[in-house]
Amino acid sequence: MLQAFQLVISRELQMAFRRWSDLALPVIFFMIVCMLFPLAVGQDQAILQKIGPGAIWVAALLATLLSLNTLYREDFDDGTLEQLALSTQPLTILLLAKTVAHWIVTELPLIAITPLLTLGFNLPAEGVYGLMLTLLAGTPALSLLGSVGAALTAGLHQASGLIALLLLPLTIPILIFGARAADLAASGQSIAGPLYLLGGLSVLALTLCPFATAAAVRVSLD
Amino acid sequence: MWNWFHKLASPPHFYRIASAFEPWLLWLAIACMLTGAYGGLVLAPADHVQGDGFRIIYVHVPAAFLSMFSYALMAVASGIGLIWRMKLAFSVAAATAPVGAAFTFLALVTGAIWGQPMWGSYWEWDPRLTSELILLFLFLGYIFLRQALAETRQADRASGILALVGVVNLPIIHYSVEWWNSIHQGPSLIKLEAPSITTDMLWPLLAMIIGYQLLFLAILMTSVRTQVLQREQNARWITEQLGTENIHG
Repeated sequence: MLQAFQLVISRELQMAFRRWSDLALPVIFFMIVCMLFPLAVGQDQAILQKIGPGAIWVAALLATLLSLNTLYREDFDDGTLEQLALSTQPLTILLLAKTVAHWIVTELPLIAITPLLTLGFNLPAEGVYGLMLTLLAGTPALSLLGSVGAALTAGLHQASGLIALLLLPLTIPILIFGARAADLAASGQSIAGPLYLLGGLSVLALTLCPFATAAAVRVSLD
Repeated sequence: MWNWFHKLASPPHFYRIASAFEPWLLWLAIACMLTGAYGGLVLAPADHVQGDGFRIIYVHVPAAFLSMFSYALMAVASGIGLIWRMKLAFSVAAATAPVGAAFTFLALVTGAIWGQPMWGSYWEWDPRLTSELILLFLFLGYIFLRQALAETRQADRASGILALVGVVNLPIIHYSVEWWNSIHQGPSLIKLEAPSITTDMLWPLLAMIIGYQLLFLAILMTSVRTQVLQREQNARWITEQLGTENIHG
């Protein structure tokens, strides 16, 4: 079972690295959205510093949403998903592997590029560190919830708007805790409380979402 | 008990029961709501802080209650449908969603109208208002997912999974919004702490809640019956039930 888990992850990573454009698109989108906030709000450094953590969190959420459209689409079209469902290994584990791969391929680059983007918002150093920690703790829950939404709409074409409608309300707690904790960090306060809550949400998502994803994939294949 | 349950789950049986109960539910609902409205708008004394403005409570609170009740019912019905593969349960869930969304919308609108004189603005990011708004989006997501999936069986199960994921998330959303608000305290917000309500004000409210609940059930009966007719359109019992004139007329 563990081997199947590793195999799916390495397959996903290989496919992602062979096609750079898919890998880079959410990151570029993330950067553009972060650039839009200063352009829309104005150059006032104090305001930018205040909205920075929240804006970056919203941008990360939207970039994740963008990446979800293709999470199951190709595997659904070429029958890979069917093969996974038919395999002797539990579908829950195989799909969890796909979700983990999605997190590595999509969320890690976003987190890695965050320090660069905070320059645009003039965030203090401890704020940057806190923001990255909150993203690290919160994005697993985003990926896990996202894979449920992607699985529910796997069989639909042009489902991007629908995925947004299904997922954004469900991700609000992650956004609230993440952005508020990042905000606290930027003002030099302790973020332990909300950070643990975020981690707790991610663990909760890890225990429940894979089952929902597997059930949703089976429905979509029906 | 189980026998009764299984019998209720058969579409023809349910159709007959629903048709019989529906007018009763509707008339009782109208009676309760008229009584509640008279009690609330005429008999109840004006609030000493909010004046006559508080009377919108008789429209707002039942709607808010029903919106949450609808989501719970939708999730429970979806769960029953997913576990026992019961088509009628899916019909109930599917019929609940638009009604629940309507009540949520009503609660939001009346809340905003109430907020204008009380808070000085139509919208405050009050935790309860925010949760209600998110609830509306959850209902809409459910409805749109059903719309997108053309095949009924698939729509039933996919939307059922969504409803269950949503109901697990709902308490988390509620508490996160409350926590968010406690840090981000709005300026000069008059707290709507429930004052110890007098019986003069309370009984019309209870009557309104019961009336709304009955109205909800009456609408649900009509809606589930429509669903049953659509799903079973080729079944023989429908021809027998409705008679030939309905088929050709």
